[in-house]
Amino acid sequence: MSGKWKHEMKMKNNGKTNNSTKLKGWIFRVGLITSGCVIVLLLGGMFLSLLGEAFPAIKHNGFNFVTSTVWNPRSESYGAFSFIVGTILTSFIALVLSVPFALAISILLCEYLPEYQNGKIIGVFLRNATDLLAGVPSVIYGFWGLFFISPIVRYFEELLDLPAYGVSILAASIVLAIMILPYSASIGREVIAMVPEELKEAAYALGTTKYETIRRVTLRHSASGIVAGVILALGRAIGETMAVTMLIGNSNILPVNIFRLIFSPGNTMASVIANEFAEATGKLYLSSLIEIGVVLFVLSFVLNVIGKQVIRRFAL
Amino acid sequence: MKLHTFREVVVRKGIGNKWRVVRDRCFKYLLFILSFLGISPLVLIIGYIVVKGLSSMSLRFLFSLPVPVGEKGGGIANAIVGTGILVFVASFFSVPLGVLGGIYLNEYGGYSNRKRWLTYCTRLSVEMLQGIPSIVIGIVVWMWVVLGMGHFSALAGGIALGIMMLPTVVKSTEETLRLVPPSIREGALALGVPYYRVVLRVLIPASKSGILTGILLGIARIAGETAPLLFTAFGNPYFSTDITEPINSLPLLIFNYATSPYEEWHRIAWGASLVLIGFVFLLSLSARFFVSRGTIKKLSVNKSGNSKV
Repeated sequence: MSGKWKHEMKMKNNGKTNNSTKLKGWIFRVGLITSGCVIVLLLGGMFLSLLGEAFPAIKHNGFNFVTSTVWNPRSESYGAFSFIVGTILTSFIALVLSVPFALAISILLCEYLPEYQNGKIIGVFLRNATDLLAGVPSVIYGFWGLFFISPIVRYFEELLDLPAYGVSILAASIVLAIMILPYSASIGREVIAMVPEELKEAAYALGTTKYETIRRVTLRHSASGIVAGVILALGRAIGETMAVTMLIGNSNILPVNIFRLIFSPGNTMASVIANEFAEATGKLYLSSLIEIGVVLFVLSFVLNVIGKQVIRRFAL
Repeated sequence: MKLHTFREVVVRKGIGNKWRVVRDRCFKYLLFILSFLGISPLVLIIGYIVVKGLSSMSLRFLFSLPVPVGEKGGGIANAIVGTGILVFVASFFSVPLGVLGGIYLNEYGGYSNRKRWLTYCTRLSVEMLQGIPSIVIGIVVWMWVVLGMGHFSALAGGIALGIMMLPTVVKSTEETLRLVPPSIREGALALGVPYYRVVLRVLIPASKSGILTGILLGIARIAGETAPLLFTAFGNPYFSTDITEPINSLPLLIFNYATSPYEEWHRIAWGASLVLIGFVFLLSLSARFFVSRGTIKKLSVNKSGNSKV
């Protein structure tokens, strides 16, 4: 450091360099503020340009966009109802499937195998495994699901005497559930770790068992945080593209029967964009696909804001 | 928490009730069973990919180009190089902006600042960017870059991945900078070091390993992304290093080959999956390595209760 010190002394003794120091400091501040502005403008610009491109479709489609099930570029009718249903259905089933497991992992890691007991090999394994599960690329989940999950689903479809596609809303939901599991588990861990130790100790002092403490103190206290975690996981699930595109079968027509619906191929908002965007011809067609993108953008934005706000309030 | 719930437990069910102990045990076992069931897909996926991928792995596979359907052999050299180029372009855009943004949030994000609304907006934007579906980012970059250039390009793919990587870099930079003890900053300022020099020469070096970790994690996040590349980088069956031309990447190749009906292509996709998953895991492992041996840990242990300036 001694060289720097001398440099610093020189700057003190020399009035001219002092001026350039001021200038450099100013440039530095401006650079920082500019970078903040660029990030804000990036998000704002993304939304505005999406909205701008989608405007012709919004004008043309009107309310048909959310109510009509007919998606036919040739007749210029763009109804996204079946995609919206597909998105809601896949995310909902995925949530129902993954929440019990995610909750179990987060309770286990926080209450039974906490971090300071690092000697416990099971805890270390579970912690690292959830992190690794979060790192697997979504296209690999899709590829694996194609060869592992969809034959299983096909087998059940044959058992139930349904048309055996294999690729279906159910298959996509199962893979989606596996994908959002590490995400919801990490939020659950964060939230459960925030429960004050005193509350739990008070419960133990009253003679409750660990199970009773967890059920009546820990979970009750962190309920809002867990709900927020579920909302954030939902936000992630609706935007998930690749694995769902590979497993959902990409059919624009949905059967009316609810039971058949789960076992039949469908489409989500994200998967229809992934499938049709690169081949879309015609301004209105593209614009309608972008309109779906706007819906996805707004949905995930809203879910994120709600989830983060609830967690922030919980943390205070 | 209501008190009567406890009275209920104690009075109605009885303190000495042995079922309470049994229920407690059962709950614990249930937790263990559910957790391991939840984790089991990871074992299945990794096992599946290692077994299937190793059979197609060879030096020729890594260093040769894809061949048309029907021919034996063929490799993924162009996809590996393409992924490298895309990651490089993405880092080129997102690392400077992300690190600056992280410094900005840490330095100007305090509550007693007049420009609070801007830092608030920046923080919100970063959080929202993290949540935007990757396919939507693909659409936006398609409008901004692909329409502007007139054709798909590696540049567009890199920008899309850069946008996805940005929040990770910003957040990790901000968080590690916050961990630097105020005494270090105060010491430098007390010596008369100008403010920008304190940041550049004291704070940044102190949190170097944390920032590097964030960059590595960001790369790990984008290396496996496919959706934003579908209509930006597009894919390319030939070897290309030109960033103004379409380029192939590992996830794109896996997607295209996995959804094809050819057995031979599935084999290549399994091999590519093994390479990709190995790359991603290596990145996150090295990120963890940097965290565990970095300066940050030592600093945060020494953290004294000094109040912030």
